[in-house]
Amino acid sequence: MNIVVCIKQVPDSTQVKVDPKTGTLIRAGVPSILNPYDHYALERALEIKAKTGAKITVLSMGPAQAIAVIRLALALGADRGILLSDRAFAGSDTWATSYALAQAIKKIGPADLIICGQMAIDGDTAQTGPGIAYHLDIPQITFCTEVDSDGTKVLVKKLIDGGHQMMEASLPALITTTMPHDYKAKYPSFLAAFHAQDKQTETWTAADVNADLAKLGLEGSPTRVGRIFPPPAREKGEIYSGSPAELATKIVEILKKENLIK
Amino acid sequence: SQTAVKADITAYKGVWVFMEVIEDKGVCKIRPVGYELLTKGRELANTLGEELCAVVIGSDMQSGFAEISSYGADKIYSVNAPGYKDYNTDAYASAMINLINKYKPSIVLYPSTFIGRDLSPRVAAEIHVGLTADCTGLSVNADRNLVQTRPAFGGNIMADILTPNHRPQMATVRPNVMKKEILKPGFSAAVIEESIAINPKAARVKILNKHIDDVHGMEKLDEAEVIISGGRGVKDSNGFTMLKDLANELGGAVGASRAAVDMGFVPKEKQVGQSGVTVRPKLYVACGISGAVQHIVGMDGSDTIIAVNKDPRAPIFNVCKFGIVGDASQILPKVIEEVKKSK
Ligand SMILES: Cc1cc2nc3c(=O)[nH]c(=O)nc-3n(C[C@H](O)[C@H](O)[C@@H](O)COP(=O)(O)OP(=O)(O)OC[C@H]3O[C@@H](n4cnc5c(N)ncnc54)[C@H](O)[C@@H]3O)c2cc1C
Ligand SMILES: Cc1cc2nc3c(=O)[nH]c(=O)nc-3n(C[C@H](O)[C@H](O)[C@H](O)COP(=O)(O)OP(=O)(O)OC[C@H]3O[C@@H](n4cnc5c(N)ncnc54)[C@H](O)[C@@H]3O)c2cc1C
Repeated sequence: MNIVVCIKQVPDSTQVKVDPKTGTLIRAGVPSILNPYDHYALERALEIKAKTGAKITVLSMGPAQAIAVIRLALALGADRGILLSDRAFAGSDTWATSYALAQAIKKIGPADLIICGQMAIDGDTAQTGPGIAYHLDIPQITFCTEVDSDGTKVLVKKLIDGGHQMMEASLPALITTTMPHDYKAKYPSFLAAFHAQDKQTETWTAADVNADLAKLGLEGSPTRVGRIFPPPAREKGEIYSGSPAELATKIVEILKKENLIK
Repeated sequence: SQTAVKADITAYKGVWVFMEVIEDKGVCKIRPVGYELLTKGRELANTLGEELCAVVIGSDMQSGFAEISSYGADKIYSVNAPGYKDYNTDAYASAMINLINKYKPSIVLYPSTFIGRDLSPRVAAEIHVGLTADCTGLSVNADRNLVQTRPAFGGNIMADILTPNHRPQMATVRPNVMKKEILKPGFSAAVIEESIAINPKAARVKILNKHIDDVHGMEKLDEAEVIISGGRGVKDSNGFTMLKDLANELGGAVGASRAAVDMGFVPKEKQVGQSGVTVRPKLYVACGISGAVQHIVGMDGSDTIIAVNKDPRAPIFNVCKFGIVGDASQILPKVIEEVKKSK
């Protein structure tokens, strides 16, 4: 069984700010990490590998430095790592990104199961996974918290409003995973990281994956990011301090004034 | 078809809203977020001088058409067959694409829900158009393009996204981000029945079984008019019992920050914010919540925000209408007492 996990290197979004004067992102000094949803996706693939002996290929599109997340994935137990890197990919929105990743998956060879994170914490769109599924003409199941496969089909637990449902898809299929709120990512031991240094990584260009240049980068992307700006500043409200009893009275006064209690 | 889309975008007219159908205690109904999108869609359609249409895919949904009309839809495209009862990616995507290719709308809005976020990117991929996720603002600019404003990087930045050369322009919006308003009470929209065969590829996935864990979790918080929310500063589940008491007195629901969920005070369904629920109640009381951007993006559409925090520099005080600097555990019991007395 062949599994492909799509992983993205992202800036730790809790530390990214906008320069209010220039409207550009301040990323200096912001650490890059493996997108946490992808870390979770990879761990699900590793569970399936432990049961079935599946082969796991990790695939990332990004600048040369994104090799770091591939190395991390190899140290965690992935078998093969591919970085899709080319200036032609720059400026790709989710349409062009999913096209490029799908082209790479076709080149990797027959994949039975593709696992993506539900979303990347920088772009935050959750659109790339379904896009890949379309380009490969395979079924998708999104928002999965559990994934299991015996190599003939995939079984998932998927979130729905107010609960979950168990679903099954024939292979090949694409699954996107969301993580439980108490998820703690596992990191490789020093020894595993050391041995993973021997594992080869490959870097592919747009030409290597037979991508149509008109479908890549800015040209292939229907969306254009216009203005970037900090969230609007809000009006500061009325601030009260005093003893607990005074403040409680104040709150009740507000509730009455705003017609929230009669 | 791709080049055709680029060649003549002026052939695309009209604002569409995909109406999500949900099952509530065995009864299918329209999810309220659809009405929020119709209200916004009406405004966009008026600016463009075009019509507003609702798309309903499901089984026997006609009873919901009166309400859809009252929110301002001129037309309803109805795809009605037993095979559409349960949401299925391939079946719904094919139906949407079929309608879009036939009628050529210039804008299509989807709810950013489990279903909307599964369906819309699949449609966008197939017809090669842009899709802007989780918009908090939508307007039409001088070039008649849709300006789609959305947060990214966890709410730390905002961006305006345009899709100038492709039609339709598609966007998703979370529940409770836009306001809903009945604009045409008693109106009957024209209903256009479309019969579209189920895409055979739908058989590739099967629902084995469904579990509704907590019907009163997500949905109730979504629709509550009063929310009393607690954060790490509420300290323990006794503190949350107190929030619950106040919520009961005011006829509302309890919400929480992620820190409070992580500490196990309340289940995940109660989490308000970027990775939780977006809410827009009449009253939001934030107790012991610092006001991280990921929390703020989920509640700043509330009409009145009262914050109780013992730290006068807490960022929550920059977004609230009324800031109370003090210890929640001492203030709230007195509030509950006074509210009870005043009844
Ligand atoms: C401020 C801002 C706003 C944007 N808004 C939009 C928008 O509304 N619509 C739009 O189409 N584009 C948008 N983009 C562009 C888009 O974010 C990315 O450029 C696109 O490459 C990936 O989308 P994402 O980060 O949202 O990933 P998601 O779609 O959220 O990622 C889901 C999963 O797909 C896989 N994946 C995603 N990217 C990669 C990758 N490079 N390599 C390997 N796997 C990957 C991972 O498994 C990931 O977990 C925006 C960009 C910015 C900076
Ligand atoms: C990708 C991502 C997604 C996230 N999504 C969400 C989300 O959806 N929702 C969310 O809420 N967070 C989210 N977060 C987390 C967010 O960044 C904050 O960590 C979180 O909101 C903090 O919760 P808090 O305000 O309860 O805790 P803290 O930040 O620890 O604040 C506690 C506050 O309580 C006050 N306090 C203490 N004691 C008292 C007292 N006795 N009386 C009154 N006040 C008191 C303190 O002064 C302090 O301001 C996300 C983070 C990331 C990285």
